[in-house]
Amino acid sequence: MTDRHLLGLEHQSAEGISALLDAAEGMLGVGTAGNPKRSDLAGICVANIFYEPSTRTRISFGLAARRLGADVVDFTSSGSSVGKGESFIDTARNIEAMGVDVVVVRHASAGAPHLLANHLKAAVVNAGDGAHEHPTQALLDMLTIRRRKGRIAGLTVGLVGDILHSRVARSNIHGLTKLGAKVIVCGPPTLVPAGVESLGVRVAHRLDDILQECDVLNLLRIQFERQRTGLFPSVNEYARLFAMTGERVRKARPDVLLLAPGPINRGVEITPDVADGPHSAILEQVDHGLAVRMAVLRRAAGRN
Amino acid sequence: MTTLRITNGRVIDPATSFDAVADLWIADGKVLHVGARPDLRADRTIDAAGCIVSPGWIDMHVHLREPGREEDETIATGSAAAIAGGVTSVACMPNTEPAIDTQAAAEFVYLQAERANLANVFPIGAITKGRRGEELAEMGGLVDGGAVAFTDDGSPVVNADIMRRALEYSRMFDKCILSHCEDVDLTKGGVMHEGLVSLRLGVRGMPSVAEELHVYRDIELAALTGGRVHILHVSTVEAVELIRRGKKKARVTGEACPHHWLLTDEHVATLDSNYKMAPPLRAKDDVAAILAGLKDDTLDVICTDHAPHAAEKKAREFDQCPNGILGVETLLPLCVTTLIEPSHLTWPQLIAKLTINPARVLSIDRGTLKPGVLADVTIIDPKAEWTIDVNQFKSKSRNSPFHGWKVRGRAKWVIVEGVVKAG
Repeated sequence: MTDRHLLGLEHQSAEGISALLDAAEGMLGVGTAGNPKRSDLAGICVANIFYEPSTRTRISFGLAARRLGADVVDFTSSGSSVGKGESFIDTARNIEAMGVDVVVVRHASAGAPHLLANHLKAAVVNAGDGAHEHPTQALLDMLTIRRRKGRIAGLTVGLVGDILHSRVARSNIHGLTKLGAKVIVCGPPTLVPAGVESLGVRVAHRLDDILQECDVLNLLRIQFERQRTGLFPSVNEYARLFAMTGERVRKARPDVLLLAPGPINRGVEITPDVADGPHSAILEQVDHGLAVRMAVLRRAAGRN
Repeated sequence: MTTLRITNGRVIDPATSFDAVADLWIADGKVLHVGARPDLRADRTIDAAGCIVSPGWIDMHVHLREPGREEDETIATGSAAAIAGGVTSVACMPNTEPAIDTQAAAEFVYLQAERANLANVFPIGAITKGRRGEELAEMGGLVDGGAVAFTDDGSPVVNADIMRRALEYSRMFDKCILSHCEDVDLTKGGVMHEGLVSLRLGVRGMPSVAEELHVYRDIELAALTGGRVHILHVSTVEAVELIRRGKKKARVTGEACPHHWLLTDEHVATLDSNYKMAPPLRAKDDVAAILAGLKDDTLDVICTDHAPHAAEKKAREFDQCPNGILGVETLLPLCVTTLIEPSHLTWPQLIAKLTINPARVLSIDRGTLKPGVLADVTIIDPKAEWTIDVNQFKSKSRNSPFHGWKVRGRAKWVIVEGVVKAG
């Protein structure tokens, strides 16, 4: 049942990704005002196994599952048997033994979802593993681009910020390049890994240099603790060089689309006026996340 | 006096440059003669037709885990694994709990090996007390307890001055310092080679330069002090080149492990913990450099870095499981299948790296079939075809990436101090 897992976008085909985006379009608005819930996943049990703090992804998966009629169990590593020394695989096997069909997993270790896929019968959906992949985030970014721009092929998308530690960047790179977009990664050399061109992207180190050519800019979240490890000298300097400000929006293409995977640091990756302005699709992204996760869960449950 | 005659085999003894089909005579645990002896009658004759008769193989880099981590391996199970793999002698690393850093600890290894009564086990003593890298261990006591060399393997000696003093002080005993080369600031948090695969996986890499900085440092320190340094588990292009150049000015030797010439970081793409080790699996260029270093004898020794880990420790998230894989039971077939058959090495070259060369690094009177030495012999059937199956291993652990590999070459008889231990 390997094809039901969603471990990442690196090994998905362009057709598979497009099919998921098409399915997600059909899910937009399900379960919201005036649109009844559906029963696609009636009798299906989805377990959210989150070994890393997460608010929006966990809520989004839970809500997506419920709107399709699934039962949902939530597991978070704090206050659980993890504290008693139980291994990750044993915990997952125990949860599966309660009759779980789909496991959604978030973990700080790259490859954790793959480990589960090898040990469980349930379908596994990766909700973020280390700095490796976060496929549903990339799918919702692509759905947002497709709905705003009408296409993905031929667009130029800039991914800005901490590429080195970003699972969102990796999944976006795989997904966007497969669908024919040009991708530019932009950040300080300490946060843009050497050799990233091997993934089919271009590298830039100055945001101002690429503003003119980008149809879309995806502003990755910066983690402040990186400063302590010497990867950049100060948050102020980072913001001066890489924050999307009103001034930079004026220098960008008039129809530039701004995305941010969030949670955003206002004033660091993006200034408040821009985050709440007309180019920003930040809240749409959240809504599209629900639709994408419904489509992914339906495929994982074999109900598509 | 019991006399054993091994006949019809191709006897290869690189230490004496002997390579011919001949009889090997063993009496009272020692080599008596190589060649015809019509005057002698054998109590037992082994017909080694079609086989290679080699001095007993020495794996000078193994972790036997005892004392302290007997759930992974013991001196008894590790010795059994060695014999099954055609290895008559192992040198075991001191990163046990507690570390082998005193005479008593070294003597404990001999005691347990004697109880197991299988392979020869030579303890390697720690360079520093508790392997903490702060103060030299009592090297004199360790030598009295039978330690054959010194290392803090598993960790580097971070402080260059301590390494300098270790190289100086060990000269008094003419023992070699075995160096685990790693700049820990550069490898902190790293779980694999830093390169295109780590980039794709988003995991923290360990750059090659972290190994090379210490190789450079320790060769220069050996040149400065006149001490002997042996570079453990060499894995990068530049490390090989530094040793190649270093041999001209310092007493330096180097070793390679099969995984570093057979596997690359591409194997790590699946995040299977059996591909996690330190130094990590590197890139294609590095593999080529290791093979070139073996061919031109820059790398003097082949060994395994046998590192058993109980199943529950390896069945974990990649970044949280320990480094290392099993080695002694797959060493021989991997050498035959991947070094001899593609003609990277000749039989005498290969055997030298597994017998006399490690014996010289460890200053032990083994690794040759010269009359009078204790008779350790590995008799190899180079044509035996088999499939590696971890479930058949004598080792207590199962962590091998070579499970399922179809290989050729197997030890048919294994003789330790004149006693046939296998075959």
